[in-house]
Amino acid sequence: MKVELEADKCVASGQCVLAAMDVFDQDDDGIAILLEEQVGDDRLDDVKEAIAVCPAAAIRLVEQ
Amino acid sequence: MADTLAGPVPEAPDSPPEFPMAREARCPFDPPPALKDLQAKTPLAKVRLWDGSEPWLVTRYADQRAILGDPRVSADTDSPGYPTKASPEGGEGKLSFIMMDDPEHARLRRMVTAPFAVKKVEALRPAVQRIVDDLIDGMLSRPGPVDLVEEFALPIPSLVICELLGVPYDDHALFQENTKTMVRTTATPEQRGVATREMAGYLAGQIAKRLAEPKDDLLSSIAGRVTAGEIDHQQATEMALLLLIAGHETTANMIALGTLALLQNPDQLALLRDSDDPKFVAGAVEELLRYLHITHLGRRRAVTEDVEIAGQVVRAGEGVIMANEIANRDPAVFPDPDRLDLTRDARRHVAFGFGVHQCLGQPLARMELQVVYGTLYKRIPTLTLACALEDVRFKNDAFIYGVHELPVSW
Ligand code: SF4
Repeated sequence: MKVELEADKCVASGQCVLAAMDVFDQDDDGIAILLEEQVGDDRLDDVKEAIAVCPAAAIRLVEQ
Repeated sequence: MADTLAGPVPEAPDSPPEFPMAREARCPFDPPPALKDLQAKTPLAKVRLWDGSEPWLVTRYADQRAILGDPRVSADTDSPGYPTKASPEGGEGKLSFIMMDDPEHARLRRMVTAPFAVKKVEALRPAVQRIVDDLIDGMLSRPGPVDLVEEFALPIPSLVICELLGVPYDDHALFQENTKTMVRTTATPEQRGVATREMAGYLAGQIAKRLAEPKDDLLSSIAGRVTAGEIDHQQATEMALLLLIAGHETTANMIALGTLALLQNPDQLALLRDSDDPKFVAGAVEELLRYLHITHLGRRRAVTEDVEIAGQVVRAGEGVIMANEIANRDPAVFPDPDRLDLTRDARRHVAFGFGVHQCLGQPLARMELQVVYGTLYKRIPTLTLACALEDVRFKNDAFIYGVHELPVSW
């Protein structure tokens, strides 16, 4: 699965970093950045949690 | 007919209930029973506010999240239909970006997000641990009882936000007193106006100093935006005021109210005291945030374009209130919601709100609470309430719920 992030929408809440630390990080202004675009099954649950808690609906998972 | 005699006019049966509603004195941690009843009965109900206005109350978790994430609602207190919490504070203007909409909200908010990023906050953890340990040492060096609010809960976030902003903690009496007035619902508009002006004047002075001589703190970086022409001095002051107030009142109340809730639930307190697992402590903090919902007056918005909520059209110009305290007790999302259960996964709570206005300081608040809850009960395992529960004064008269004092001994 591929993770997509719309940085324009991000409100720098840091929730995605807490949910999936090896997939998301934040830049110098706190705006989310993707560390990895492709996630395997092992991290799918964490990414789904990040999507559920992201207040700005800035994260999506797309089938490939 | 007997009921036409003198006396209070009986309420029309379809008159909306007053909001906020009263809590049950015996269950100070639970939402008002009438609010819970409303949630069970209907997803959307009209309520009546202090000024006679009748906004909609959104009772359920999924609907609240949908509305808070919807760009057709406004957080601008000047929008027609906005349900205000109390009379305006004497023309002091807006509390910066929390009362604005995008794109201006996003522009201003992004100016101050940097220090609240998760990793920057993590770097502060040892300093917060030191603050917490020192305050506990201070309490233990005396015989007790002590007021946990005054001696512990309030100084922690106060010291941390002062450090972050660069405000001298020595001035804390000034801003702690004024903050108290600003968040008291029973304060008159004049009293709130005086407190707000005093705080704004103080912070404007601090910013003026940074304009002349920048340092390595958040006030200096806000002042830098003034120098760059991105905001004016007034906007900079409002921003600083917002951060100082938000940094104080919320975390302090979570520390004191959380401690009281744990003392009333000794089995849960024991779990926290006996665990060395930072993940468990982090999860416990989420559950306490869910369970305690200290922002008890709801998140408020004005509808700017017709929207559908739970199958019903809410019109532009109407107000909506999302009572997050009952969203966090929605049985559809949190099974057995009225039970404090530190082992549950509570991460999806809306204690910090939802949507673009979700709390900016949440990584900092989480870290502070993790250090506190992970330290206090281990260091003072015999901590007890030093008065009867009935004698604890709860903050039903403030914008943020909590306790006025918490006498404890050990
Ligand atoms: S959870 Fe969403 S809003 Fe928060 S930092 Fe991540 S992407 Fe941004």
